[in-house]
Amino acid sequence: MTDTANQSTEMLATSKNRDLGLKRRYGRERRFQAMGIAAITMGVLFLFLLFWSIVTKGYTAFQQTKIHLDIYLSEQLIDPSGNRDINVIQMPIRYNKVLEAAIYKAAGIDPKDKTKRNAMREAKSLLSKGASVDLRDLVVENPSLIGTRIDYWALADGDVDSFLKGQIPRDIPESKRKISDAQIAIIDTMAEKGVLAKQFNSNLFFNGPSSRPESAGIAVAVIGSVFMMLIVLVLALPIGVAASIYLEEFAPKNRWTDLIEVNINNLAAVPSIVFGLLGLAVFINFAGLPRSASLVGGLVLTLMTLPTIIIATRSALKAVPPSIREAALGVGASKTQAIFHHVLPLATPGILTGTIIGLAQALGETAPLLMIGMVAFVKDFPATPLDPATALPVQIYMWSGEAQRAFTERTSAAILILLAFLALMNISAVLLRRRFERRW
Amino acid sequence: MSPLWLLAAIVVFALIGAALGRNRAVSCVNGNIAELHSRPGYYGSYVMIWTALPAIFFMVAVLMAQPFFNSSIIDSELRAGYSQSCDREMARTNGDADAKLPAICADKEQYETLDTRRALMKSVVESVAVGVSLLDKATADKLHNGLVAVRPTLKEVGVALAEDVPTPVVDAANKLNEAKKTGDYILLGGVGLLLIIGLVLSYLRVSPRLRARNLVETNIKVALVLASSIAILTTVGIVMSMLFEAIHFFNKVSLSNFFLGTQWDPRFTSAGRAGGGEGSFGLLPLIWGTLYISLVALLVAVPIGMFAAIYMAEYASNTVRAIAKPLLEILAGIPTIVYGFFALVTVGPFLRDTGAAIGLDISANSVLTAGCVMGIMLIPFISSLSDDIITAVPQSLRDGSLGLGATKSETIKKVILPAALPGIVGSILLAASRAIGETMIVVMAAGIAANLTLNPFEAVTTVTVKIVSQLTGDLEFNSPQTLVAFALGITLFVITLGLNIFALHIVRKYREQYD
Amino acid sequence: MQDTNQTFKADSDVRSNPIKMSGEKVTVHYGAKQALFDVDLKIEENQVTSLIGPSGCGKSTFLRCLNRMNDTIDICRVGGTIKLDSTDIYNPDVDVVELRARVGMVFQKANPFPKSIFENVAYGPRIHGLCRTKAEMDEIVVTSLQKAGLFEEIKDRLDEPGTGLSGGQQQRLCIARAIAVSPEVILMDEPCSALDPIATAKVEELIDELRENYTIVIVTHSMQQAARVSQRTAFFHMGNLVEEGPTDQIFTNPVDQRTQDYITGRFG
Repeated sequence: MTDTANQSTEMLATSKNRDLGLKRRYGRERRFQAMGIAAITMGVLFLFLLFWSIVTKGYTAFQQTKIHLDIYLSEQLIDPSGNRDINVIQMPIRYNKVLEAAIYKAAGIDPKDKTKRNAMREAKSLLSKGASVDLRDLVVENPSLIGTRIDYWALADGDVDSFLKGQIPRDIPESKRKISDAQIAIIDTMAEKGVLAKQFNSNLFFNGPSSRPESAGIAVAVIGSVFMMLIVLVLALPIGVAASIYLEEFAPKNRWTDLIEVNINNLAAVPSIVFGLLGLAVFINFAGLPRSASLVGGLVLTLMTLPTIIIATRSALKAVPPSIREAALGVGASKTQAIFHHVLPLATPGILTGTIIGLAQALGETAPLLMIGMVAFVKDFPATPLDPATALPVQIYMWSGEAQRAFTERTSAAILILLAFLALMNISAVLLRRRFERRW
Repeated sequence: MSPLWLLAAIVVFALIGAALGRNRAVSCVNGNIAELHSRPGYYGSYVMIWTALPAIFFMVAVLMAQPFFNSSIIDSELRAGYSQSCDREMARTNGDADAKLPAICADKEQYETLDTRRALMKSVVESVAVGVSLLDKATADKLHNGLVAVRPTLKEVGVALAEDVPTPVVDAANKLNEAKKTGDYILLGGVGLLLIIGLVLSYLRVSPRLRARNLVETNIKVALVLASSIAILTTVGIVMSMLFEAIHFFNKVSLSNFFLGTQWDPRFTSAGRAGGGEGSFGLLPLIWGTLYISLVALLVAVPIGMFAAIYMAEYASNTVRAIAKPLLEILAGIPTIVYGFFALVTVGPFLRDTGAAIGLDISANSVLTAGCVMGIMLIPFISSLSDDIITAVPQSLRDGSLGLGATKSETIKKVILPAALPGIVGSILLAASRAIGETMIVVMAAGIAANLTLNPFEAVTTVTVKIVSQLTGDLEFNSPQTLVAFALGITLFVITLGLNIFALHIVRKYREQYD
Repeated sequence: MQDTNQTFKADSDVRSNPIKMSGEKVTVHYGAKQALFDVDLKIEENQVTSLIGPSGCGKSTFLRCLNRMNDTIDICRVGGTIKLDSTDIYNPDVDVVELRARVGMVFQKANPFPKSIFENVAYGPRIHGLCRTKAEMDEIVVTSLQKAGLFEEIKDRLDEPGTGLSGGQQQRLCIARAIAVSPEVILMDEPCSALDPIATAKVEELIDELRENYTIVIVTHSMQQAARVSQRTAFFHMGNLVEEGPTDQIFTNPVDQRTQDYITGRFG
């Protein structure tokens, strides 16, 4: 310090070389930064943990164990009368015997040997209860197969599938696992011969729900979800854009528009289940629309998605500089023309991005759909939005409640499919934004 | 005539109108369109709007009124039919004091006293009506005259009935079919008439001096206003519908039982029968469970989210930010059902096993499981909201502090965070409101037993879980067990709405401060 | 036309005061853009040095180099040497926290923290741990406010938020905040640009008083202000230091044509 420093500054240590506690302070600085890094790491770790847990549990579901059988479609068993009456040949029970004979052969059991009764029962139980239905479908489609021998991959039981995938360990006591020792013996011999093998699980994609995991699929749910997304798109996009245009371009600043504004922001944060209650009370009880229909689901999701779309559209409109509007008005366009011819086209990428993100949210939504009865066992493929349907996330919810090991695997697989859809939508939103982003 | 076909007809008419209007405008000025007030397309739109709009409004009005009209027909027909048949039966057994009450009179009695019975008979009548309309004329007549049994006849055409139905039902069904037919005629005639009137009148009005653009634009503006009031309508719909059903509930269960009760045990008694105990609908254990789980979730999410936000806003290089921010935001894009499943199959068992290993009794469904997983879900909410808020703190404050020789962390702790505090509180409140309203995670991970416990290792249940469990499965809509879901729903709505308004208000105030 | 890299030293090296800070061949790049070209400037102790020049000439950039505030801008690179007394402040051994405690800064826009007046002034001493007791802290706050000429005006409102003061008071609060750390040098970046004439006069008066105890470097776009408060003036133009010397000489008898043009208002 200079000589002229007065008393009060002398009281402080001189400016040069005074102790500022730097070591301690930098220690704190480092610890603080470390906390930040730790927080981010933890967040990312949770993300990976979540994905890892679902991927490891779910990837096996894309394969399904099947049993290679040499089946003789005996006319005597399937169609004793021989006139190919559809009412006769479409009964699944007629195919049980056919399948049984084939699996005894595959397992190397002589069906006439009375001492092998037990083994026969065990061998039979390796087949899915749905195998006869599948075989029936095949024969009904091609009745000419009756009386011939076919090479056929029959669906194995869900527990056999889980066992082969190592999800039912063989070293636990027999009483605690769903597969008996005798079954294991047969499985081992069949697997060795290549009779038992894992193949692509097309049922997962093309079947409806089923109480048997091996034939359960997400097709009905996907159709329901697609219907709902279409309804949301058709309703929420035009309404949302119209509302935003009014609020952003026309609305006078008054109490009413303030109220709408506050309202929209709040609606975006209302719990989704409340929208479900609204749907139940208004669309089903009051308007009398059918329960479980994807139309109602779509309407509920539309109301939920509207705030998202409105908020996104408004910011897209805001981003268009006023000079564009002035330019259009300056050459004599009406306000409406200026907006529809100039502002709206420029805001389109932003609007679409917001819409896609809103749709992705709607696609993953579950709770409101439970309220309007979409949590049902719907076996028939919905043909119109008025038919009962489920949705992909609801299907996941229903499967997650099933006890069988094979369902856990399918639940994870369904989640993977749902996440794949969401990723696709979000990536396209990001690309859209990148591609058309305009800096003014 | 399905409404869809009618709609298609309207569209066709409207398009024809558009073409006609345009042509007339152009031919009025002999092709010299500069003489028109508006561009020809606007004349087309003008005619199109006036052709289609009245017809569409009429159609919607009729379609909306029809169900009410039909059900009042069913009701009056059934009442009349029941009393007639009952009287007839009574007359037959007149004087015979020992005779039992005729079955039809018992039906009448039930119909007149029980809401549920009325709802059931209404749906029976509707399905019978569908069945009858599928029959050929001869069979329908036989059915009408009671010559054939109803149930087997209808089964032939694919309409399954649970039990055979008495004649009043068949009569009501016939009346319903007639009413439906009349309704269809009215609809068809009205729409057709309006289409033609609209088309002709608006076509005749087309002239070069008509300010078609202004008229069309007024219509557009009205449409825009209507679209923006849907947001208000939704809120009104939410409040009205839930209030309406909740009032039904409070007619059956006292307010104090619901709001002050500490017991949740809504026994399913057979509806409508007196004496079968009303069940206890204590809200407190549910609110407690909800708040407890939300608290645990916030304890997980707030520190992680805040530190992540601070690091990303103040320290991270552009590369780290470009990678970490979207990664964390992925957490926000994952549907809650996935978190629920994660809690159910991974976190729950993990915590249970860990607890067992160190001698703690943690149930797989516990406050801890649900809270932790919900916390993970909330991390990106806290972090991205806080990130925005921290970056909104003006650079001049940072400079001021750094210029005095403060380290970065001192600047953050002593200047930036205090300055950002209101905004951060707002974002935490928004996250809390999200946690309170979250459904799927708690449905799958929190348990269903209402439990007033402090132990985080036990299962509790929440308001949302109970809404779901009271409304799934077979419903009897007018029982308190079902209606309670709406009382819970409006409670939830009020709580989250309060939090949201408060939080958004704080955040808005904060933004204005630094704008 | 003169070589732009050459600085005219009117007063050559005859100086009445010791040199507090000096820059040699200071260059600054913002990304690919160069903002300063080989600036050589000496700053005398207990004098007010003003940096003048048209907007974007690099005067603020140079000022921010003097306490390494440019470190907070990622893309900014500084070359050359800047010495405080005899240490190179860009030497990796030099701690930036310590440096800034010795070279304080007051910014263009008054930026009081959203805290009470007292806490604003106490902030620096507190983070640096300069006082052990409450009494010492009170003492520092009061003297700093007194030195900033603010104490009498606000002595009853020390607990009120600093953001509630008027613009001029806020700026003097920021100066008090800087003084509280008892720095050796105070850098001021257009401290009066947002103030009305009366508030400006007060701040200028204050600067003149502070000169007794501190070395002051002030960036200003007002030539009158430079003439009023500073003993030495440096004129920057397009990233170059054009001319430096005693203030009256720069304003009455500049050597360089560009300086001449600037002070007579031909450009700016």
